[in-house]
Amino acid sequence: MAEIKLQDIEKYFGDNYVIRKLNLTIENKEFVVLLGPSGCGKTTTLRAIAGLEEIDSGDILIDGKPVQDLRAGDRDIAFVFQLFALYPHLTAYDNIAFPLRATRESKASVDEKVRAVARALQIEDLLSRRPSALSGGDMQRVAIGRALVRRPKAMLMDEPIGALDAKLREEMRTELKRLHLENDQTTVYVTHDQVEAMSLADRIAIMNEGVLQQVGTPSEVYDNPANLFVAQFVGSPVMNITPANLQSADGATKVAVGQDGVAFDFPSAIEPQLSGAHSDLMLGVRPEGVLLAHNKTAGHVAVEAHIIEPLGAYDIVDLKIGNAFLRARTASGFVDRPGDMVWARIDPAQTHFFNSLSGDAIHVRLDE
Amino acid sequence: MAVLATLDPRSRAASRGWSDLTIRNAFIFPTIIFLIVFNIFPLVYSLGLSFTEFRASLNKPPEFIGLQNYRELLSDPGIWENFTITAQYVIISVGGQMIVGFGLALLLNRSFPLKGLVTTLLLLPMMLSPAVVGLFWKLLYDPSWGPINYALGIGKFEWLSHPTNALFATALTDIWMWAPFVMLLALAGLSAVPQHLYEAAEIDRAGSWFTFTRITLPLVSPLLMIALIFRTMEAFKTFDLPFVMSTASVETVAIRLYQMAFQGWDTGLSSALAYIVLIVVLAITNVYVKYLNKAKER
Repeated sequence: MAEIKLQDIEKYFGDNYVIRKLNLTIENKEFVVLLGPSGCGKTTTLRAIAGLEEIDSGDILIDGKPVQDLRAGDRDIAFVFQLFALYPHLTAYDNIAFPLRATRESKASVDEKVRAVARALQIEDLLSRRPSALSGGDMQRVAIGRALVRRPKAMLMDEPIGALDAKLREEMRTELKRLHLENDQTTVYVTHDQVEAMSLADRIAIMNEGVLQQVGTPSEVYDNPANLFVAQFVGSPVMNITPANLQSADGATKVAVGQDGVAFDFPSAIEPQLSGAHSDLMLGVRPEGVLLAHNKTAGHVAVEAHIIEPLGAYDIVDLKIGNAFLRARTASGFVDRPGDMVWARIDPAQTHFFNSLSGDAIHVRLDE
Repeated sequence: MAVLATLDPRSRAASRGWSDLTIRNAFIFPTIIFLIVFNIFPLVYSLGLSFTEFRASLNKPPEFIGLQNYRELLSDPGIWENFTITAQYVIISVGGQMIVGFGLALLLNRSFPLKGLVTTLLLLPMMLSPAVVGLFWKLLYDPSWGPINYALGIGKFEWLSHPTNALFATALTDIWMWAPFVMLLALAGLSAVPQHLYEAAEIDRAGSWFTFTRITLPLVSPLLMIALIFRTMEAFKTFDLPFVMSTASVETVAIRLYQMAFQGWDTGLSSALAYIVLIVVLAITNVYVKYLNKAKER
């Protein structure tokens, strides 16, 4: 069991500055997901923790001890690779036994531990097979077994289920969560899939271009994104982001979306808080924050439904607002056909404002 | 368009009235005729001769004597002696080639400056003619003024005239010449081992020896096996190096065969010996191929 602390980590690949002064603490027994688009430095960060990649400056502390100069084998961590990295000439049993045999454990103890892990992963009947005779999911189970078997201080996983098909990915996601709950192991998990991150993580660390953007629990990063990047990267369907204008007339505050001036009602409390970024304002609202009504309702604005995407449990409706679009999440079948007029409002409680120049979120309190 | 039409082989052939079949046959028939005349016919003919009393130097027809030749050969202690020498030669030279070749491959399996040049230079020996190699090493081994004795400071050591020394010295030359072949195959095998397996082994706390014996060696073994098959077959039939360097003292089966066939002109008997060699080589290769298939199943 271990706490992992990254302090001012920097890494260059030639001229390419891939990790930029990264600071992150992973608490004991915590499941932290490094989330970001490809090339954002998340895998490099993970490999640096493992000792598969050297860092150019900074400190990596495991349980308070600096390990950046130790070899991977001396850091007592396990690593699960995206492409499994099973030893192709060894059976599943021998693959799982490999780390134990490498440290010369007795035959009886190896056998006991391998079988215990295989039981936990429900792969007991596959132990005599070679990797080439296993399905993708089973290969990854064996790879996870190999990582778990020697009870390392921490588990590092590099997109462990990224190579599986969608259905299997969902199954394995649940299984990984169960394993983490059972084993209580400090885990750092890399993925570009925000659904995976949301469902697995105790905390998510979002990276972009080598810079840590935000660290927080899934609900923190979902409900209070620190900047435009996080707002758009986390959540599916994607958050609506649109330029916005603050208007006040007759003591009422409105926010105009797009350029033709369709304006939605907002509490007047937001006005003084947004005055600093008057001309560079961006509004962000998730589709579930765009509320629709069939008939004229107070505080609602008439808009045209442009496209309807039925997704089974709910529909995504693209509303045409001047030259801009807002996507709304509705009950399935709520809007009959494209071209229908509906009444819409934006829920102020679910609305985020950003400074379009810096991209940073402007935190707004609705009550006075 | 006219230029394109003449460049297209199909339309050009078609304009001469050649069908695909004609063209295919035009390529295949010469090869098949060559094979029949120079390989298959001699193979069958010599099998026939091996059951006869026949001397190619005399103007007398072959006389059928059944298994007499085989009986004579297998009961001749001299022949067994030749096989023993050959076996020793094979073990020393092929064993040496495997160790040196694989060792070189391990050294070359990383990046360093001038790697391409070094690899090419190491491959040079196997590109030379065996006769040239034999003659040069004969000079190097010369007892009175050869550089090897000079370098080792061992006076007038007789490398090539003493049978045991000569066997060893000739095998050493063979190692020098053919270790690069093993190296080339081993290098191909080594570079095919995915890097992430070594990373996984490092994470699994495997030491370098454990990684070498449990990962590198098993994954390279199919290619090493192929090198072993080729080198054993070649070494078993080895003729040129001993012939050039030490005819008198290293009498391998091939040398004996040559003497029997082209100095004694005992054509029937030597055909029988040639067939015995063929069967032995086939048997050895078969064992290897079985292991190779097992290794490849993984």
